[in-house]
Amino acid sequence: MTIARHLHGRTARHPRPHSMYTPRVYTPCSVLGMSIGHTLLGLLESGPRHGYDLKRTFDEKFGHDRPLHYGQVYSTMSRLLRDGLVEVDGIEPGGGPERKRYAITQAGVTDVERWLATPEKPEPYLQSTLYIKVVLALLTRRDAAGILDTQRSEHLRMMRVLTDRKRKGDLADQLICDHALFHLEADLRWLELTAARLDKLAAAVTP
Amino acid sequence: MNAPAGSLLVAEDLRKAYGPTVALDGAGFSIHPGEIVAVMGPSGSGKSTLLHCLAGIVVPDSGTITYDGRELTAMSDAERSALRRGEFGFVFQFGQLVPELTCVENVALPLRLNGTPRREAERRARTWLERLEVDDLAGQRPGEVSGGQGQRVAVARALVTGPRVVFADEPTGALDSLNGERVMELLTEAARSANAAVVLVTHEPRVAAYSDREIVVRDGRSRDMERAV
Repeated sequence: MTIARHLHGRTARHPRPHSMYTPRVYTPCSVLGMSIGHTLLGLLESGPRHGYDLKRTFDEKFGHDRPLHYGQVYSTMSRLLRDGLVEVDGIEPGGGPERKRYAITQAGVTDVERWLATPEKPEPYLQSTLYIKVVLALLTRRDAAGILDTQRSEHLRMMRVLTDRKRKGDLADQLICDHALFHLEADLRWLELTAARLDKLAAAVTP
Repeated sequence: MNAPAGSLLVAEDLRKAYGPTVALDGAGFSIHPGEIVAVMGPSGSGKSTLLHCLAGIVVPDSGTITYDGRELTAMSDAERSALRRGEFGFVFQFGQLVPELTCVENVALPLRLNGTPRREAERRARTWLERLEVDDLAGQRPGEVSGGQGQRVAVARALVTGPRVVFADEPTGALDSLNGERVMELLTEAARSANAAVVLVTHEPRVAAYSDREIVVRDGRSRDMERAV
């Protein structure tokens, strides 16, 4: 299976919300935006594991407040098995999918290596929903500065939640929250800059 | 602006101009005991002038400021100075420690100015240096410590008198991310445990995220986002 297929497989089942100011980057556990398949594969590199063991390790290291469902684990493992990236290393008496122990194959190791070496798309969010809102407000003579103020407040609300979680969490929590905090901060810089340029923008977009 | 009940410090319709430059143009503010409020806004928006008015350092041209039921704007210079020494604490962007004094002497200084005997003042100062994790610097002078350490000493100095309001003007503006973060953690933890209110002027969202709520100052006017939403 290709990397894209892993990613698309997940996206189709969990489509991202339309609003571009809510998904991935801004959820405390942004790491869940990654490919679960590759992560589980990576966890198998240290040795064969059962599905429940994979889930437990994933939740411990990456899941935090959004643990994996067992169904996600087993459907992902079935896919990896079908694509030859893992193999069944043993089955304990009693049957059922939870009794299978999985091991990574050489093709699986290669796939993990390729995934790790591929940079993530920076996604600059051009033409964001917020930009459209601001322009529409200007076009309809509404309070564009007010929209920016309200958005700043909403961003800060999320930043307070993350800051609090960071303060109480371990190093992993801190790093994950920092990632989200820096992205929110970048948005806020844009908000400030846009607020400072509203007059120019109004002149540019209004007839 | 109608201040919510139980406010400790309230400002209404503040106006202040420096010559032809209008710094405040009808700004308002309120804070409860133990609350941390961020004052945000672009450079030149009037947020530092607002802080200076609230702290009684600058007298507004018009408008009222009430602290704990007392009208600040009607007080004499001497009364406002006494209030600042007894009830308020200050943290500035660049520490503003006295370079000739050691760190413990700097922290003890507000107590000494209030008449506390030296031994007792320095004992309390050391306790605060310990809480800010810089007790090992007690005998050093500000020129011998790092920027982050200096700010922690400044925070200790701001809190040593047990103020009811701490005014912090860009307290991490001169620090890198890690040091700034630690200073904010220590400042807010110490203020919360002492039930001191904090007026936090900042243009940095990551610093503002340590507050309970924010007001935005733009063109000399303020907007309280909690009550606006």
